[in-house]
Amino acid sequence: MDKERLKKLNEFANQLRLDMLNMALRSGSNGAHLGGSLSSAEILTVLFNSILKHDPKNPSWASRDRFILSKGHVSMAYYAALCRAGYFSEEELMSFNSDGSQLLTHSLVNQEKGIEISSGSLGWGLSIGIGCALSAKKKNESWRTYVLLGDGECNEGSVWEAFMAAARMKLNNLIAIIDCNGMQLDGVNAVMPPDKHCAMLDACGWEAVVVDGHDVTHLEEILAAKPEHKPYAVIAKTIKGKGVSFMENNADWHHGRITAEQFETAVKEVKCDA
Amino acid sequence: MLEFSRQNMMAWSRQSSRHMFGEAMLEAAEYDEKLMVITADVASSANLRTFAERYPEKFLNVGLSEQCMLGVAAGMAKEGFHVFISSFAPFVSMRIFEGLRSYLGYMHLNVTVVGLGSGFALGTNGNTHYGLEDMAITRTIPGMVVLSPSDNTEVIKSLFAALAYEGPVYLRLTGVTGSQMVYKENYDFDIGKSIKLSEGSDVCIFATGSMVYECTRAVRALSKNGISAGVTNIHTIKPLDTGAMNEARSAKLIVTVEEHSVIGGLGSAVSEYLAERDDMPKLLRIGIPDIFPTAGTYRYTLDQCGLSAASIADRIKQELN
Repeated sequence: MDKERLKKLNEFANQLRLDMLNMALRSGSNGAHLGGSLSSAEILTVLFNSILKHDPKNPSWASRDRFILSKGHVSMAYYAALCRAGYFSEEELMSFNSDGSQLLTHSLVNQEKGIEISSGSLGWGLSIGIGCALSAKKKNESWRTYVLLGDGECNEGSVWEAFMAAARMKLNNLIAIIDCNGMQLDGVNAVMPPDKHCAMLDACGWEAVVVDGHDVTHLEEILAAKPEHKPYAVIAKTIKGKGVSFMENNADWHHGRITAEQFETAVKEVKCDA
Repeated sequence: MLEFSRQNMMAWSRQSSRHMFGEAMLEAAEYDEKLMVITADVASSANLRTFAERYPEKFLNVGLSEQCMLGVAAGMAKEGFHVFISSFAPFVSMRIFEGLRSYLGYMHLNVTVVGLGSGFALGTNGNTHYGLEDMAITRTIPGMVVLSPSDNTEVIKSLFAALAYEGPVYLRLTGVTGSQMVYKENYDFDIGKSIKLSEGSDVCIFATGSMVYECTRAVRALSKNGISAGVTNIHTIKPLDTGAMNEARSAKLIVTVEEHSVIGGLGSAVSEYLAERDDMPKLLRIGIPDIFPTAGTYRYTLDQCGLSAASIADRIKQELN
């Protein structure tokens, strides 16, 4: 990847982080899921800039790739990516969690805004993704389905029903990305490490690979690969709260309220990083 | 197209309702190119083996994973398919209820959920396999139609009505092989429109599923005791035909009869409507009381819960005395 492109992608990721912080501030006492949203910034950046076939001017384009957000609580990162990709305005983005807004903590299906499914209940997105991928096969269409899961979410048994089923069906048009930030709401107690996810998915019959989830160059290279005969799992090692020192690896920021002071500090750090 | 001739209806009545499901899907596949039938390791129980052989491109067996089945159905419905999913009633209603609500309901997707062998149909398999709460819980989902056909002819009619409906449907299949016919000639079936089978000036019985036939017999027994009772087939639990309730205003007693818990099903749906009116007769709810019945053969469990024609007639007589 050339330097200019690298710079552009990292700037995009940082813009998503600034957007998330702004949205969290506006969300006020409702709080916001900053930890897992910040860990997903580079994954969404690479998907929306380099990987997904999509057209913000034609969000219902039949041949678009489908992106299913399974870890629905990180909708802030998703909305920011959709906004910066051109699906809706910054003003609308900043309506996040306000009464009457279409952009709530957990996304509502809205094809015009590029949102494929309603989300919020963990553990369902991968099987819905199978339904999409299978539909593409039935229709002989070449679009692909990308599902973003969390490692905490992978505690859910339904995720493993879907992992096993997708491998049996040899859905080579299905890509699961696991944002492995190592923490869930209550901390680290039940989260499986990335290498174990990799071994289990390999055993299930997926092509599984571990990647640094904050390295856009590596992410782009890995996400662009197209295994011929198997579904593809990209296990992204990330840092919960990435980019804001006091949020990093701190489960208190899985969902938290940001004060004006904390906001100022966080914005400075993210801008400095850029 | 399946012909609703007397001869065919007689032949269908000799099958189980879940056998009819597989038969009807064969027909549906002929003219609905968007049809997709998904099951979770009950293809043989749902009589879908022939379908799987004849239409492999329209069939998927995900194995024993109901959650996966629901998610795949939601994904395919989102992409334009008309999806039918099936398993035994408790597994497609209770086990995956949250998915029914949050994906089929909330996203208003075109999926019909077929609850096989509901009520006591699975007999000696016991309470884990009984479907005694499925109507109660599925009717809480906004936008979900809940159908409960009375015999195998109506199973076919319900399936085709569900296929034509844009949105989620729960289809409850009751009865066992050899259950009696309610309908002996063709008739019109519309979602949400109940069917009055007989008139009665004293008692108006609203029955659903397998209990419709039992109630037609109970009416004959009551008649011998000088009680005039009529039966209405409530094949749609949601949306409820409240017009039929209004027509019962002049009766001495309204009775609901269902092979389902008395909590939450037809009786509850009717009582919710009647509770907000002051000009309606008293309501008697007949169903499975708030217990786990001692499991056994189909007739044994029905008799235990007072759901035979004779027991239904006795309860009504007692209530009128």
